[in-house]
Amino acid sequence: MILRRPLLWLILALAALFVWLPLRNHDVALREDLILVAVAIILTSNLNLMIGYTGYVNFGHIVFYGLGGYVGLYLATVLNWNLIVAALIAGVTVSVLALLFGLGILRLRGAYFALATIGVLVAVQAFVANFEPWGRSTGMYVSFASYAPLGGARRALWITYYLIIGVMALSLVLSLGIRRSKFGLGLFAIREDEDAAIVLGVNATVYKAIIYSVSAFLPAVAGALMFFKNGMIDPSIAFEYMLSLEGIVMLMLGGQGTVAGSALGGALYERLRSYLLTSPRLSEFHLVIAGALLLLVVRLAPGGLIGWLYRLVPRSREVVE
Amino acid sequence: MTALLEVQGVSKRFGGLQAVGDVSFTLQEGEILGLIGPNGAGKTTLFNLVNGVYKTDTGSIIFSGKNITGRSPDQVVHLGLARTHQIVRPLNGMSVLENVIVGACYGREYQSLRAARATALEVLEQVGMASRANSPAHSLTLAFKKRLEVARALAARPKLLLLDEVLAGLNPTEIAQMIDLIRKIRDSGVSVFMIEHVMQAIMNLSDRILVLNLGHKIAEAPPAEVVKNPDVVEAYLGFPDIVDKLRGAS
Repeated sequence: MILRRPLLWLILALAALFVWLPLRNHDVALREDLILVAVAIILTSNLNLMIGYTGYVNFGHIVFYGLGGYVGLYLATVLNWNLIVAALIAGVTVSVLALLFGLGILRLRGAYFALATIGVLVAVQAFVANFEPWGRSTGMYVSFASYAPLGGARRALWITYYLIIGVMALSLVLSLGIRRSKFGLGLFAIREDEDAAIVLGVNATVYKAIIYSVSAFLPAVAGALMFFKNGMIDPSIAFEYMLSLEGIVMLMLGGQGTVAGSALGGALYERLRSYLLTSPRLSEFHLVIAGALLLLVVRLAPGGLIGWLYRLVPRSREVVE
Repeated sequence: MTALLEVQGVSKRFGGLQAVGDVSFTLQEGEILGLIGPNGAGKTTLFNLVNGVYKTDTGSIIFSGKNITGRSPDQVVHLGLARTHQIVRPLNGMSVLENVIVGACYGREYQSLRAARATALEVLEQVGMASRANSPAHSLTLAFKKRLEVARALAARPKLLLLDEVLAGLNPTEIAQMIDLIRKIRDSGVSVFMIEHVMQAIMNLSDRILVLNLGHKIAEAPPAEVVKNPDVVEAYLGFPDIVDKLRGAS
């Protein structure tokens, strides 16, 4: 039973902490820091479903986030829909698109799949940059009137923050639930040896397409919320290649294949990144550090921080899994 | 007895190589059917055609009254046709138990995780690997990896089990244990179709033997007849009357 997993309660405690920390002193700066951490955790834990669980490296994961942002923003600000409805529809739309894409590109394996995911990212970005209703390369702005139904801009920011924290908790619970399910076992079998898994009865084509689609849903919802909160979107910030790559660094750092690792890696790397980006001397330097970090992790601790913890304290696996 | 597997005129060509050509045979329920032939005869290819890893160029495959020609391996397993691999393919990052649970979860009965766990423990007991349930699959010796292949396939609760050289690379003690296991599997009601190079074993185990050479069937008969069949002797030894010649010389 998932309810008996200690990790479930850790996830809920983490979400509660995220809610409580900025609320305590109405600390807006802290809230802005934490929302970035939450988004990093959302992206990393959903990326983990593909890389860690299924063994398929997705270099274009950010496309879900950006596309979700566009769909959500369009619905919420141009059509004036309720934010939550807009975000959910953004999630569903992007998931359905991912399912269709997935059935096509998931016939590829290994490096070829990875290349195709870059192709998807570039193609979607090019499409959006030329799509008139979404403002082509200048993007879209959230009109101030869109914040009115949420009780004004100030309150809207807090509401989106709590929604993002909710999405973060959902992402982690989803990862945990899949990990402990029969579906997850099928994914692990695909990761270890896809042909053997098929011979054992796993319908790999369908499983891969489903997990690709599932891994798109919550990032797309988060994208809709985040870009609504930021007040604008354009193709270069929505589909930031670097963020896609940094997602992989976060996952490797924390420990691919584990729920806790994806959260830990996402949180730590995001904090480091924010520190480097805001430091006057190091701001141009953060990608160099990301690259070096990735090399070090892959070379010295291929299981990431969580893998390292398991090796140090084997019993911790019981609690963390 | 009724036919469990009926293969009709099956062929497979890879480029210029006719790997399997117009092969027909039937396998009766409760039978152990052996499949032998020199290297490159098309034995594993025939297995791959039967369980759907390869699509047939021509011919049809009827399993348990259903036409399974062109079905994918995962669909075939659900109908009750499981197999092992000649070159073992354990799911390395998982434990022995988890490997077998996958077999049970996605097998004929499509069991829930909980039921699959019980099945897996039972099957591991049956193949004599209960004490290794929690070992990582990659840490096993070859003999145990072969048994794990059998256990995973058995966990699918098949009606027919395809065994691809489960004895190769085992020492005599391990071979004896495996033979014993295969007999027990048959006695539990599972039909067996097995490829094997260890002649003594396959002659002992099989009710009938199918012989392939260069992709074509050259014999299908009980073991005692197969060893006397001139075509079979020629395929293995080069010329048909070698046995008599050798006898004459000694």
